[in-house]
Parts: sequence; C-alpha cells; structure tokens
Amino acid sequence: MKNWTAAIFAVLPLATFATHAVWADERTGEVPNAAITAPLPEDYDDTPAPPPEGKAIRKMAVDEPGKAAGNFGTLPVQDDGIFATLVFDRFEHRFKDGPDMALWDLTGWVGEDYNKLYIESEGTADTEKGGVEEAELELLYGRNIASFWDLQAGLRHDFIPSKADRDFLAFGVQGLAPYWFEVDATAYISDDGDVSAIVEVEYSMRLTQRLYLQPRFETSLALQTVEAYNIGSGVNGFELGLRMGYEIIRRFAPYIGVEWEQNVGSTKNMLEKAGEDTSKTAAVAGLRFWF
Amino acid sequence: MAGAGFFLTGINSVLPLPAWAATAAQGLATHEIKDRYDLTVGYAPLTIDGRQSRATAINGTVPAPLIRLREGDFINLNVTNELDDDSSIHWHGILVPFPMDGVPGINFKGIPPGDTYHYKYRLKQAGTYWYHSHSRFQEQTGMYGPLIIEPREPEPFKYQRDHVVVLSDWAFEDPETIFRNINLAGDYYNFQRRTVGDFFDEVSRKGLGDAIADRAAWGKMRMMPVDLADVTGHAYTYLMNGNSPDMNWTGLFEPGETIRLRFINASAMSTFDVRIPGLDMTVVMVDGKPVKPVEFHEFRIGVAETYDVLVRPTAEQAFTIFAESLDRSGFARGTLAPEANMTAAVPALRPRPVRDLADIGMGMMDDMQPGDEWDGPDGKKEMKKGGMKKMPSMKGMKEGDTAVPGPNGPTPFKPDKSNTNVAMVISNPQDRLGEPGIGLGDDGWKVLTYKDLRSAAPQPYKAEIDREMTINITANMERYMFSFDGKKFSEHDGPYLFKHNERLRLWMVNHTMMEHPIHLHGMWMQLENGGSNDEIPFKHTVLVKPGEKLAVRITPIEKGDWAFHCHLLYHLEAGMFQVMRVA
Repeated sequence: MKNWTAAIFAVLPLATFATHAVWADERTGEVPNAAITAPLPEDYDDTPAPPPEGKAIRKMAVDEPGKAAGNFGTLPVQDDGIFATLVFDRFEHRFKDGPDMALWDLTGWVGEDYNKLYIESEGTADTEKGGVEEAELELLYGRNIASFWDLQAGLRHDFIPSKADRDFLAFGVQGLAPYWFEVDATAYISDDGDVSAIVEVEYSMRLTQRLYLQPRFETSLALQTVEAYNIGSGVNGFELGLRMGYEIIRRFAPYIGVEWEQNVGSTKNMLEKAGEDTSKTAAVAGLRFWF
Repeated sequence: MAGAGFFLTGINSVLPLPAWAATAAQGLATHEIKDRYDLTVGYAPLTIDGRQSRATAINGTVPAPLIRLREGDFINLNVTNELDDDSSIHWHGILVPFPMDGVPGINFKGIPPGDTYHYKYRLKQAGTYWYHSHSRFQEQTGMYGPLIIEPREPEPFKYQRDHVVVLSDWAFEDPETIFRNINLAGDYYNFQRRTVGDFFDEVSRKGLGDAIADRAAWGKMRMMPVDLADVTGHAYTYLMNGNSPDMNWTGLFEPGETIRLRFINASAMSTFDVRIPGLDMTVVMVDGKPVKPVEFHEFRIGVAETYDVLVRPTAEQAFTIFAESLDRSGFARGTLAPEANMTAAVPALRPRPVRDLADIGMGMMDDMQPGDEWDGPDGKKEMKKGGMKKMPSMKGMKEGDTAVPGPNGPTPFKPDKSNTNVAMVISNPQDRLGEPGIGLGDDGWKVLTYKDLRSAAPQPYKAEIDREMTINITANMERYMFSFDGKKFSEHDGPYLFKHNERLRLWMVNHTMMEHPIHLHGMWMQLENGGSNDEIPFKHTVLVKPGEKLAVRITPIEKGDWAFHCHLLYHLEAGMFQVMRVA
C-alpha cells in the first residue's frame, strides 16, 4: 500500500506540469491576471491542479480500510500521542513518638489514552538509624476500561531488610470515583498463594486557588494469616491522614499534616506480641511534586 | 535559496509588528491590494511586555502580514518554509479547490523545510477572513494573519475607514508543554476553581440543600462547572493586533466617521466577549458574508469567527475596545482615538461565571425526542417534497439518514458502553441559538446572538433538503480525549461522505460542557436560526454551546477531502477532527 502511494506522489508532479498551463482556462474561461509583480522563485514545487468541473477528483491517496482518512502519507492531527509522568504524591518526614520516619509514595506512567505502563512505589525509611524499613515496587499494565477508570494488572515486589523479600501478582483498578474521590484499589496474590488487598482513597478540597486540604484513607486486608510478616486474616489496619498543601506552582506543593495509623484484629495482636506499635500518630511535613 | 532575497524579511531583520498592526494605525485604505504575496515562515524573536520568546512568524511578524486581495482575481500565494518542521497555511473560510486548502494529510503533504508551496486560485468571494498554519501548534506560536478581500460590487453598507482587529492569545510556554500539562491535569491552568469559601457563599445565597445538591450533581459527573477554558490568562497574554493590553493598540479615526472594525478571533483557545464602552455596534458581516444590520453592545466571538461591526464615534475622545476572555481570566484591549496616545478607562473584568446544570442541557426542559412533531427552524412546517430519491447507502454514511427533507432532528446518540471517549451523553439537547451564552446577558445591555443574524447575501443554494445527518460532539475531558461521535480522528473508519452539490442538513449536538467552535473547510454552513431560506446566515465556524443541538445547511460545492474540526487548537490535536469526503 505504501509503495503504491509513493508511486502516485512520484507521478503527480509530472501530471501537474502537463495540466497546469490550461487550468485557468478550463475553470473560468479567463486568463490568470497578468499583474504578477516579480518572477516566482525558480525552485518552487508547483502544486497539483484540480480537475475541470464535472470530472472526478483525482484521488491523492488510497484509503486504508478501517483507518482514518489521511492522504499523502501523513495525518492531519496526532491524537494518540504518548505521555509520561512521575508523581510524588507523598514525600514526607514523619515526626512521632519513637524514631522519626521518612515516607515516599510515587506513581509514574507512560502511555497513551488507553494503554499505560505504571510504576508505583511506596516505602518508609528510619531517619535516625538510616536505611529502608520496608519498600514496595509495582509494575503494572493499565487499560482504560471506563471514562474515569483504568484496570491494572502486574507484579509487586516487597523489599523488607530483616526478612525475605516477597513477590506478588497484582490486579486492581485506579481512577476517579463520582464526587471526585481518587481511588486506587489493588488485590495481591503472594508467591505462597496468600491473598491480600490495599485500598487507597484521596480527596482534594480547595481552600483557596493554591491552598488545598487533602483527606486520605487507606486500609489493608488479608484472607490468610501470614505469621512471618505479622499479617492476620481480615482487616489488618487503616490509616487516616489529613494534609494541607500550598501549590507554589501546580507541579510543586509543600504540605503539612497529620497521619494516624491503627492496626486492628489479629494483626494487632500479632504485632503487640512482637513488641511493635499498633497505633501510631505522626505529624508530617513533605512535598507533593510531579514532572 | 533562490528567490530568498526577494522576500521581505529574513530571520534577523525583524519588525516587532507588521505595519498594519502598528499602533496609531490609520486604517486599511492605504494598504495596497495585490494578487500575489510571498510569505516566508521562519523563527523570529518576539517581545511582549518585556518578555522575549520565539515565534514561528510569517515574514518575521506576529500577527502575519495583512493580505489584501480583490474578489474575482486569480491570486498567487507562495509560502516558503524556513522552519525545521513541516508547515502549512490554510486560508480560513475561503472557497478553494481541494489542493489549495492547506491541511497536511488531507489537501497536500505539507510544506517540508526549505520548500515553497504555490497556492493559486480564483477568489469567488469578498469579506473579512484570515489565514493560519494547520500544522501542529504553529498557529499558537504566531502563524496567523488577516486576509481581506475587497468586493467587486459595493457592499450593502457604507463606512469611511476600516481597521482590522485581530484577537489572539500568546503563551510564553511551549505549546507542547501546554498540551502535556492539560493532558495530565485538565485544570492545570484554572486558577478560578470553586473553593470552600465559594461553597459557604452559595449556602448563604441558595441555602444548604441547594448548594450541596449542586455540588453533588457536578461531583457525580466528575465535572467542574467552572471549567470554562482549558488554557487561561494564567498562561496567556491576550493580544489585539499583536499588542498586549499595556501596549494598547490604537486605531485612529476622525469624529463623525463611520468606522468598520473587522474583528478576527485568531486565538488558539480563547473565546472573547467584545464591547466598546460608549459606542453602539452594528454588525454588518459575519464570517465574511454580509448580514442585515443589527445594533448591540457586546458580542461573543468564538475562535476563528470574524465579525465586521460599524461604530460611529462623534465625540473627540478615546474609546476602549475591550475583549474579555470567556472565563474572565484576562482580556485583550485596544483603543479607538482621534489621536495617538489618547486612552479611555479600561473596564474591570467581570466575575467568572459558573455553569448551571441547565447550561449543559441537564435541566428540566422539554424532553424532545427525534421524530417528534417540530416546527422547522424556519418557524413553519416544511413541506415534504415529493419524488425525493432515496440516497444510495454508502460507506461512512450514518444511520438515520432518510430521504425526507425533515427536519427530523438529530439522531439519538447511543455510544457503546465501553467507549471511554464519551464521558457524558446529553439526552435532551436544547435549542440555544437565542441565548447570548454563559456569563453574558445580565449586564443590562444588548448582546448579539446567533438568532439575530440574517444574511444580506444572495442565497445561491436550493431550498429543498436532500438529506439529514447528525454529528455528535463528544469528549472525555478528564483524560483530554476529544472526538466526534465518540471517536477520535485516528479511530474513525475513513471519512464521512458528502455528495457533491447535495443539500444537506447537518445536525450538531454538543455532549460536552464546553463551547466548541466547529469549522468546516471548503464550503459554507448556513445556520438554521429561524430565518427564511434566503436569510439564514453563512458561517465557516459555528460556536456550539454545551448541551446544544443546532442544524446547518450545507451544499458541498467542491469535490475532494475537507477537514471538519473543533477550532480550539488543543481539542483538534486531541482528536476532535474528521475528514468530509465530497464525491
């Protein structure tokens, strides 16, 4: 098909040359105005003349079946461009009883309107001892399945310094629920077959054009008990956060806020046995920024 | 390259503004009428309000040179591309043979760097038009200029002086960056969003119940009633003839003269509301075609539309030409004055409007279904013409085509449920041609509407309608996907088909919550606005309101492929584009 079009292009200028001189006569019966003020540049490409009245148009290109109309081997608009972005939704320091902590929560994607490749990472670091406490990295394929929703599937890898790393299959949805709730809900199956899920919901309220208040809710659930990682079956716990940020520019907003983390059920009991906090409250200060 | 020495400007010898747009302009009378123009597209520095940036300029200026031609002439327009990318020029609203229309990928292959394209055609019309690049975002970065065709026969109105007023929006940011920003965050440039404070204001005005109900209705749709413009005054400096409001373009007049102002909205994304405090305006031409005079005080000009208005200042004083952007985030401003350096008061921006649910056709109004008994747009029942032959079924012809002259109303739009392009379907679109539009009409002065327009040009086309067709204007703004009938350009299976010289009634239904200036290349759209067949106005660009249904009559007079698109630059690049094949 391509070659055929190219052949037409190659022949067109010749055909044009032949018809050019008589064009005006055929169309109007008049000679073009003589008052051309300067000679034309020598090297201009003359353009194909339209057919005389009543004759069929000369097709400039052959339509490809099932494809949008584009002639001359080019398209008039490029509406399926690829974009890429990286959003640090939370990048913060947590001031709390016990050692302070740093947390990151970022999402990046590359893709067009329908298909995207997501990379998501969340983790914490102990700022006093130094070093990562725990980190998770997800690589997901996302498909736009409804106007405001992407269906995602992929892999998750957990890095936990004191224990063995874990791998998961991940399936989820991410998007914008009615009333402007940003939702990210993902279910996981670990390499041992344990099933768990994390649901995150965020909402943004405008106090002024640049100052916003952002409540945030997160909960994690599990079907099985995984003692090695202090995970009980049922609801493991939830986090509630409230952050107030100021968009110096749209892409960069420092914020402050509070975060309350509470473990519940058997997870709580297991963590208590292990001597860990099951209820943590922290003041946070951080940055939200994206590229 | 050969012939380069002939062209007026190289890249470095740059005038900030073309002579016609210079301040203290005398008017067009002194400007030569020619039948040959040589235009060179190149990069040129541009300084606005002390900030420098780089434009893609024609002959080194923004706006581009004024092209003044005479009706009936055979013209030669030679466009040389000195950019690094392909370029093109489209003669907006001009009836041309198919290879002269200037849309790359439709009418020709574009103008590669270093090449010259020779546009040549005979002018079959007169009036106020413009020209611009049709390649990617070059129009945003300065490739637009006025194109004025002087008539052979006298026009049905008199004036002593005329000025061109080109409105545009300049961004210091790279348009590719703007496009990316609004793709990633639809409200990136909206700094007039509703706040918690606005909510409490509404509670005190309307009561808690209504305020919550309103928020809930919009929130449920995940749409913002203050999403009025994708790119706002936050990114744009609005220009009048290339002058910022501070630079204050000034057109001169002698008191007592009748002045014809040829308004052209050459913006990429900005709809303007134009008024001249202290002067009544009389519209005499719209989109290049004469209309019967109507007096008013303010008009809305969609992107790519042109309005010629007459004003008669009698006092020895200055008058401000004030063009507010629809979302009230900024304005373009100039002055009409007897002498240079005179100024008049500049009005304050009005508060930004908030869309009503009724504004997007979601109020509680007549629930008209297609096929219902309906008085024709002419206000009277149209007679069914006998012997209308059934159109043969053709690829690309749309469902609901019938042989009857109608009007049948738009075909209901039932997109596939899995079509993520369509975030909203309006089931009962409204007739809104008599409305001035959002944010207008409450100031106590007369605002021009489409319903006021009556053509003063002869009707060259037949009265009988051969066929009806519906095109739905659709979008998923959250993802910045724009489309016709739920398909982006790249998703359509080939062009839509028009039959050569048929009389077509094209319905357009806007299923989005924004105004879209819809432009059809190569032929006129005649807006069914209640006028008789002889009086329906000619349009090349129709601003379709949210939730609106309207009909235009089309006679495709030239065979070939023609572009049909929303003239908001970033919408068309996001897919609100289709090809009409006339065969």
